[in-house]
Amino acid sequence: MPAIDRRLLTHFEWVLPLLVVAAAMTGILTIYSATYTPALVGPPALAMRQLAWLGAGIVAMLLATLFDYRRLDHRAYLVYGIFLAMVLAVPLVGSVGGGSRRWLRLGPVAIQPSEFMKLGMVIVLAHYFARSDRTHHDLRQAIPVFGLIALPAAFVLIQPDLGSAALLSVVSLSMMLVGGVRLRWFALLALPFLAVAPFLWGFLKEYQQQRILMFLDPTKDPLGAGYHIIQSTIAVGSGMVWGKGWLKGTQNHLDFLPEEHTDFIFSVFAEERGFAGSAALMLLYLAIMVRMLVIAGRARDRFGLLVVVGVLATVFWQVLVNIGMTTGLLPVVGITLPFMSYGGSSLLCLLIGTGLVMNVSMRRFLF
Amino acid sequence: MALRNLRVVARDVPQELSRRLIVIGGLVLLVVALLIARLWYLQVIRGSDMRLTSENNRIRLTRLPAARGLVYDRFGELLVDNRPSFDVVLVPEDTGDRAATVAMLAHYLDEPPADLEARLRAPSRRPPYAGIIVERDLEWEDVVALETHQLDLPGVTVTVQPRRSYPYGPLASHLLGYVGEANDRELAEDPRRRPGDIMGKGGLERIWDDELRGTAGGQQVEVDALGRRVRVLSEVPDVPGDTLVLTVDRDLQTIAEEAMGEQRGAIIALDPRNGDILAMVSKPDYDPNLFARGIRASEWGQLTNDPWKPLTNRVTQGQFAPGSIFKVAVAAGLLAEHVVTPQAHVFCPGGTQFGNRWFRCWNRSGHGSMNLHWGIVQSCDVYFYLNGQRLGIDRLAEYVRRFGLGYPTGVAMPHEAAGTIPDTAWKRRRFDAPWYPGETLSVAIGQGYVTTTPIQMATMAATIANGGTRYRPQYVKRVEAPDGAVKREMVPEVLGYADVDAAVLDEVRSGMRDVVMSERGTGKRARVPGVTVAGKTGTAQVVSLAEASGRGGRERTRDHAWFIAFAPVEAPTIAVAALVEHAGGGGGAIAAPIVGRMLSRYFHRIVGPEPDAGD
Repeated sequence: MPAIDRRLLTHFEWVLPLLVVAAAMTGILTIYSATYTPALVGPPALAMRQLAWLGAGIVAMLLATLFDYRRLDHRAYLVYGIFLAMVLAVPLVGSVGGGSRRWLRLGPVAIQPSEFMKLGMVIVLAHYFARSDRTHHDLRQAIPVFGLIALPAAFVLIQPDLGSAALLSVVSLSMMLVGGVRLRWFALLALPFLAVAPFLWGFLKEYQQQRILMFLDPTKDPLGAGYHIIQSTIAVGSGMVWGKGWLKGTQNHLDFLPEEHTDFIFSVFAEERGFAGSAALMLLYLAIMVRMLVIAGRARDRFGLLVVVGVLATVFWQVLVNIGMTTGLLPVVGITLPFMSYGGSSLLCLLIGTGLVMNVSMRRFLF
Repeated sequence: MALRNLRVVARDVPQELSRRLIVIGGLVLLVVALLIARLWYLQVIRGSDMRLTSENNRIRLTRLPAARGLVYDRFGELLVDNRPSFDVVLVPEDTGDRAATVAMLAHYLDEPPADLEARLRAPSRRPPYAGIIVERDLEWEDVVALETHQLDLPGVTVTVQPRRSYPYGPLASHLLGYVGEANDRELAEDPRRRPGDIMGKGGLERIWDDELRGTAGGQQVEVDALGRRVRVLSEVPDVPGDTLVLTVDRDLQTIAEEAMGEQRGAIIALDPRNGDILAMVSKPDYDPNLFARGIRASEWGQLTNDPWKPLTNRVTQGQFAPGSIFKVAVAAGLLAEHVVTPQAHVFCPGGTQFGNRWFRCWNRSGHGSMNLHWGIVQSCDVYFYLNGQRLGIDRLAEYVRRFGLGYPTGVAMPHEAAGTIPDTAWKRRRFDAPWYPGETLSVAIGQGYVTTTPIQMATMAATIANGGTRYRPQYVKRVEAPDGAVKREMVPEVLGYADVDAAVLDEVRSGMRDVVMSERGTGKRARVPGVTVAGKTGTAQVVSLAEASGRGGRERTRDHAWFIAFAPVEAPTIAVAALVEHAGGGGGAIAAPIVGRMLSRYFHRIVGPEPDAGD
């Protein structure tokens, strides 16, 4: 099939990329503010780097629309295998940052394989659940899937990257539910998990345990993780209706958060843009997700539908957990806000995911 | 709204799957609504409260560094302590007119403002609102001056921090080590460290840093508009580090350092029954208190540029030709391999011809007829030239290694050296050349390629003394929690056995006894009234160092004086190795008296009451 079919141009998906790039631009402006200091000469370096990543990401997103997505269906295990190999390579040759080993260095850029693993996971699960005609699966069919999930999730967990491991798991579980594994099997599976949870607790690093304990009682240790939740909540609330204005935020300059340009980018945004801006941002995310749902509903095959659902689930869970965390509803786990947080691999993978969704949309009438 | 579009167009998608999309849509709407509701609550309903809180949000986190653990000697004498130090901390964001504040501070501290500015610029990656220490360890008058003029000095506070203190100054400095601020690399190595943290950098401060460092606490402090503390909102107390009780005897250490005087060298005393280190001296030394208060660049330069390298621990890192003290290990090999019997005699005419070279004995007029016993007592070189040659280099090397030479002793000290015990394999590896028989002669008297560290020599003496058991030298007796509860009791660790007959070691010990106790011995000056002492003298030639090496000049080519000893011979409780670098005299004249003074103090302390001052 020629790469550029006339029908493809006719059905090119415009809405989703525009929404997504709008979110990313908002993110870059917020990173600019979060890393801005009056003493700085020129724009903050991190904002400029993120802009470069956005440029690269848009190219990658367009490339992801050029081929027929069904080719990924045939090569799902290959894609999964390559990304899994990258994850496995991290403990061997990865570089350390912030107390954990998460990055692979490729020339001038460092990439985070756990982000790519999410894409691989979405593709392999879409393939798995698309191959049978059944709409319901029993436990026996679900068991291999748990293997596919557990392997990368375990390796990401020991990096240690609790947030990414948890995200990988919930996105996969979401796809399993949509793929037809019945809810009651999950209930059954939850039992042994609850039984081993106390042992898993021992595997968590001390700061990860701290974060979970802190969520249960934020006032217990106001110097540690609880302090972050309190300060982040104050930052969000102090934005009031209209916000303090761009670069006028004060909370983020108090250094209460070590990761204000990544995990806590939303609290910077909410402080400066107020409820008006925050609610608008939430509506922007709603629009992105609804648009993806529309595309999923129009997908011509199960594989396409499930890929879109996987990308959607990634965005959904990240938005929920990240904003839940910065507004004090959920524990502090290192999960970034999609399209907005600083981080090249995260943005790149989300844009590639968006490209795949567009790909599904554009080929909905082609058989 | 858009959900109406969820009509299934594609052929290949079952209805059931599309129905699930509707459920997802509902869930998405619900979650977004929930988050918007939460934002409404925080930003609109509680918004003005939160705004007020953020405007008054002058809550700072301060880290309370933990007091490092204390260090005691074996009798409970405090060797390493902490004392309060008043530091001036400046928070640049709180100063208002920074230049004016710095000028004012400089006035009170009587220092040029430029110096203070330089220190303010130094920390590269300081988070905003974190204080910078501009002056450590203030005099009390300065503390008072700053406290009374606080209004002129916005952003300036005086804090009390625990500071490492070594009450005896340079005493045992190489054993104790020193502390300093963690550098960038050390910060990256351990996520628990924070910029400004004090950590062990040398000696036991470094090796036992995990035990000594404790856990920092923190304070959440509310400050006013000038950055002054208004109140402490909450506090997590620091947990002090563990206490180390050493095996070292402070009095013995002191007398050893006094006996060494201004000379350079090393002394190490062990308990041969378990490997406990009783004293460890390396000279020249340094004052670890300089590091504790923050060493100045000039002082650091002085220490590192000193040609005699005062920071090097000669006991574990100095590699020296052992000279004649090496003969005792060779003697064990000669007997064990039946190369000689105790009675077999060799005639010493003052030297021996081997190949085309004349190997001379230190006694040029000759020792006459020598057996093993007298070969040790009078340190006859010819005896060891001839018999060492018969033993052969590889067997010789094997036996001296059994006494711990050629390997690090395993003492818990940074960068311990291994020394060199040459053999044919080593020569081939190192020089790609065969071993020449003439080289064996030099090795047999502890010259040539042989190098050893003082602690290896003490281990050798201890192994001979205790009948052949090689213990790991250790200097920590136990680790105690700050409340005194014993956390870890160190047990003696056997690293190996010399594995030679008791009769062989008896013969070697008997020779070593007469080195000190016989009138013809070379180590008479190590005698102690009432105690039978065994020993061996050594005078190591320093030939290969060129005089052109600059400072030091001729002195650098002078011989090293060695002495090893153990006592009492019947049931040894102490083994010592002493080395005086470039002594300008022999082991018997220079090193033996030092050991004699130590043993005298050691036995009088244990046996009788504390003797009067002096020796």
